[in-house]
Amino acid sequence: MPMLEVKDIHKSYCKVEILKGVSFAMEKEQTKVIIGPSGTGKSTLLRCINQLSPPDKGEVWLDGEEITSRKTDINVVREKIGFVFQEFNLFTHLTALRNVSIGLEKVKKIEKEAARKRAMEELQRVGLEKQAEQYPAQLSGGQKQRVGIARALAMDPDIILFDEPTSALDPELIGDVLDVMKSLAGKVAMLVVTHEMGFARNVADEIIFMEGGVIVEQGPPKEMFTNAKTQRAREFLGRIGALYGGD
Amino acid sequence: MTDFYQFFLQSLPNLLNGLGNTFLLTFVAITVGFFIGLFLALGRVYGTKAINLFCLGYIEIIRGTPLLVQLFIIYFGLPSVGILFTPLQAALLGLAINSGAYQAEYLRGSIQSIESGQMTAARSLGMSKLQSIQHVILPQALRVSIPAWSNEFIYLLQYSSIAYLITVSELTAEGKFIAAHTFRYLEIFAIIAIIYLVLTIISTEIIDRIAKRLSIPGIGAAKGVGLRDV
Repeated sequence: MPMLEVKDIHKSYCKVEILKGVSFAMEKEQTKVIIGPSGTGKSTLLRCINQLSPPDKGEVWLDGEEITSRKTDINVVREKIGFVFQEFNLFTHLTALRNVSIGLEKVKKIEKEAARKRAMEELQRVGLEKQAEQYPAQLSGGQKQRVGIARALAMDPDIILFDEPTSALDPELIGDVLDVMKSLAGKVAMLVVTHEMGFARNVADEIIFMEGGVIVEQGPPKEMFTNAKTQRAREFLGRIGALYGGD
Repeated sequence: MTDFYQFFLQSLPNLLNGLGNTFLLTFVAITVGFFIGLFLALGRVYGTKAINLFCLGYIEIIRGTPLLVQLFIIYFGLPSVGILFTPLQAALLGLAINSGAYQAEYLRGSIQSIESGQMTAARSLGMSKLQSIQHVILPQALRVSIPAWSNEFIYLLQYSSIAYLITVSELTAEGKFIAAHTFRYLEIFAIIAIIYLVLTIISTEIIDRIAKRLSIPGIGAAKGVGLRDV
């Protein structure tokens, strides 16, 4: 049984159907990268998985539990699904350390000192122990995103969803964030929406190519980059590879 | 001048008496009004349709009618349906109800000024809506609302004098009382004006310092810069 299973997800906004039946599965500690043109529903798909925007139709299963079911306590499920945002969304009134520890304290009900200690470990993991007492507005974009990743990691999630984590960053800051993500590969499952082809090629176990609200093709990076079956995937990968670098 | 000084000293006990009530009215109205306002603002932003409508109704009715009329209804009107208040009770109630409606609108504005991503991030950590509001939205929104809140405080400090019209012996009422006995209208109201002015300056300064201490490092006003410096 796969750890995460997405079955026939449909989602519309204002009568426009964004997702038109998306299904895929993920195993424990796997890394999958979702690519595709903008407006294809990649971010919407991530938000349907952790129920930030519940799907209109279809099911999401995590660890053998249907989380789209009404009986599921979504707050408990969300502890197991980390989310890293394009715009970071750090809590602006809290230090880097408190950004990471607040979930432990308020959601996992861990005692304050223990939570701080754990948060510090996560900040060390992303190389930001020196910035622990700084506020988000005092951090660079890359540092903010690494705090965002530490915040997700601290909750011990089964899977982390990354919604274009490097798209809002200056080019020279992208590397640090990608390095942190690479270091997580194989330790926690990651589902990453990104245009970073180098990351997709080197880190992903599988690439999912989406267009027009459906999955057009999926497969291991090697196959996808060298001989994708569909014409559209080949075109897209060729064009985006030239833009964002194949390696 | 010595004569004015003598007059000031003679008036002082009465003025201090009145001042006590002015303080009482201001602090009770701002505090109770804050909790009413908070409830209404949260109801407006996060409530169900029915709660939202109720809060909107309260705010519109209170803001759409003069404070003096509200005080008259409470003090002179309600006794005819058997509800009696002392003048001070009526004034405390009226000012708190009134301030609540205004504070609700300040607070609603500040809550809505917080980026939606903050709520999204809190929810995606597994916080309930209430936890997200408590730990993420309000700590930020309340900071944003300090300037408006400062305004409300000064307003209440001065406009609590309206309670004089339902016979509460606050600062202005005491002035009127002294003037009626001494006919020294100019002097006594000059003294009272100065008292209000000094109190306003002091309270603005205090709130300004609170704002500085609570400011989030790196955001808007830099550390050490207060409301009046920006």
